[in-house]
Amino acid sequence: MNRYVASLLAAWTLWASLLSQALAAPIKLVDDAGHTLSLKAPPQRVVSLLPSATETLCALGACKRLVGTDRFSNWPASVLALPKLGGLEDAQIERIAALKPELVVAAPHARVVAALRRLKLPVLVLKSDTHADVQRSFELLSAVLGQGDAGLQLWARLQRELEEAALAVPPAWQGARVYFEVDEAPYAAGATSYLGETLQRLKLRNIAPPELGPFPRLNPEFVLRQQPDVVMAAAGHLQQMPRRPGWQQLKALQQRRQCGFSEAHNDILARPGPRMAEGAWLLVNCLKALPAP
Amino acid sequence: MRLKPSTALALSLWATCAAAIASLCAGPEGWAWPGAVPGFIVWEIRAPRTAAAWLLGALLGWAGAVAQGLFRNPLADPYLLGSASGASLAVVLVLAAGGGALASMGLVAAAFVGALAGIVLTLALARGAAHTPRLLLAGVVVGVMLGAASEGVASYSPEVLRARQVFLLGSTAFVGWGGVGWLAMVLGLALPLGLALARVLDALALGEDTARSLGLPVSAARMALVGLLALATGVAVAQAGLLAFVGLVAPHAVRGLLHLRPGAMPLASALAGGLLLLLADLGARTVLAPQELPVGVLTATLGGAFLLWRLHRSVNA
Repeated sequence: MNRYVASLLAAWTLWASLLSQALAAPIKLVDDAGHTLSLKAPPQRVVSLLPSATETLCALGACKRLVGTDRFSNWPASVLALPKLGGLEDAQIERIAALKPELVVAAPHARVVAALRRLKLPVLVLKSDTHADVQRSFELLSAVLGQGDAGLQLWARLQRELEEAALAVPPAWQGARVYFEVDEAPYAAGATSYLGETLQRLKLRNIAPPELGPFPRLNPEFVLRQQPDVVMAAAGHLQQMPRRPGWQQLKALQQRRQCGFSEAHNDILARPGPRMAEGAWLLVNCLKALPAP
Repeated sequence: MRLKPSTALALSLWATCAAAIASLCAGPEGWAWPGAVPGFIVWEIRAPRTAAAWLLGALLGWAGAVAQGLFRNPLADPYLLGSASGASLAVVLVLAAGGGALASMGLVAAAFVGALAGIVLTLALARGAAHTPRLLLAGVVVGVMLGAASEGVASYSPEVLRARQVFLLGSTAFVGWGGVGWLAMVLGLALPLGLALARVLDALALGEDTARSLGLPVSAARMALVGLLALATGVAVAQAGLLAFVGLVAPHAVRGLLHLRPGAMPLASALAGGLLLLLADLGARTVLAPQELPVGVLTATLGGAFLLWRLHRSVNA
C-alpha cells in the first residue's frame, strides 16, 4: 500500500513538474549575434526595428503584439499606425524604453543593441542578408513568439511558391542573363546577395560574377560589354539609363527588355522576408510580358 | 562687450546647471519633470546622455584650446592631427568586415585605436611634435589619405554608408554610464595637466624661442600635451563620433567674451565647449521631437552663427 502511494506520489510530482515547466515555458535561444536570449513567456509587447522582421511577425499572426517599429516598416498597412522609433542607426532609445517592450527585434548593430541591453531590454538580433538568414529568422521568431513550427511551415510554403514561380519562367527566358541594378553608381545585386539568390532560384544568370560580393560597384563599361538579356532596376533609374554615356548601345534597353519597379515593388523585392515569393512573381510576370531575347 | 572672468565663470556654471536640468526634463513627448517619467528613463538614458554631452564638449573645447595654443594657429581644431580620419577609417573597416554584429566595445575600441593610430602616423610623418608647420602639414596629409581610404572601403561595401554617415555626424544617443566614466577619466587627466603646463602655453604665445629662453621644458610639455590631445579626441570620437566644430568654436567664443592668459584658455574653453554641446544636444532632441536632429548639424550651426556674430561685431567696432 505504502509503495503504491509512494509511486502515485512520484508520478504526480513528475506530472506536476512537467506541467509547471510547460506553463512557464521558458524560452531560450541563441540569436544571430551569438547572444543567448531567455524569456519566461512569449513576449506580448514587441518592438521591431527591422522592416523584414515586422513583415515576418505579421505573417506569423503576431501583428497585434507589435507596439512600435522603425521608420521604414510599412507593410502590412496596419503597422503604419504604430509609433515610428527612428531607423536602425538612429533608433530612439528613450521612446523604445518608454513603450516597455518585452522584446526588441533588431538587425546586427553594435551600439543600438548594446544600449538596449544596458536597459535590460530583451533584444533578438536577426541577420537578413541571404535566403538562409530568412529561414533562420522565421524559426527564431516563431520560437520566441511561442508558435511552435509556424516559422517552418511559413518557410515551406514560400519554398513551394518559389518553385512555382521558377516553373512559370517562360522557356525563352530560362537561363537568361540579368543585370539587376540596386543603385545608380552603378551597384549591382551580386550573386551572393538576397536578390541574387532569388534570381538564381528562378534559374536566371547574373552578369555580376559571384566573387565580386553581394553589391559590387560595376564599371558601366562592364555592363555594356556583358550585354545582359534583361535590365532590372527601380523605374526611375531605368528611365535615366539611356542617358548614360554609351548605354544607348545596350540592346536590352533598345528592345525594351527591361523591368522597372515602383517603390512599393522594390520593397517587396529587396526585403528578405515573407514576401520573397511575391517578389519572385514580380520578376516572372515582368519577363512574361517582354519580347523574347 | 568683455566680461570679467569671475562673472563669466558664474554665468557659465549657472547656464550649465540650467541646461543640464532642462536636459533631464526634455523627452520625445515634450517637457516633463523627471518625477513624471519612469525613473530608469531619466537615470539610465537622459542622465548619462546629459553628462556625456557636457564631458564631450568639455574635452573637445579643451583639446581645441590646447591645439590652437600649441600650434599658435587660430584654425587648429582637435581633429587636426589625423584622429578623425583614423577613427572613421577604423569604424568603416570594422563595419565592412561585418562588425555590426561585434560587441559594442568592438566599434568603440576600433574608433579609439583608429584615432590614436591616425595621430601616431601624423607624428611619425612629422618626425615628432617639435616642428609645427611640418606637424600641421602631416596632419592634413594623413587626414586626406585616411579619408580617401575610408571612402574607398565604403564604396566597396555600400551597406556601411548609412552607419558611416551617422558616425560622421556624431551622436550622444548611445553613451551609457560606462562611456561617461571613460570621458570623465580623460577629462580628469587633461584639465590638471593643462593647468600645470599653463606657464608653457603662456610663454609659447610669445614664440617658441622665447619660451625656450625662459628655461621652460618646451619639448617635454609639447609631447605631453600632444599625447593628451590624442587621448582626448580619441575617447571623444570613440564614444560619440565626429562632433564637428565644438573644438574650433569654443576657444574663439571664450576669446570673444574674455581677456584671458593663453594658459587659462584650456580650462575656460572646456567650460564653454561643455555648455555649447549640452545646449546643442538639448536642441537636437527637442527641435523636431520626437525625431532627433544629428547633434553635429546643430553644433556647426550654433557655433557658426556665434562666430559670424563675433566677426561682424569686431569688424564694425
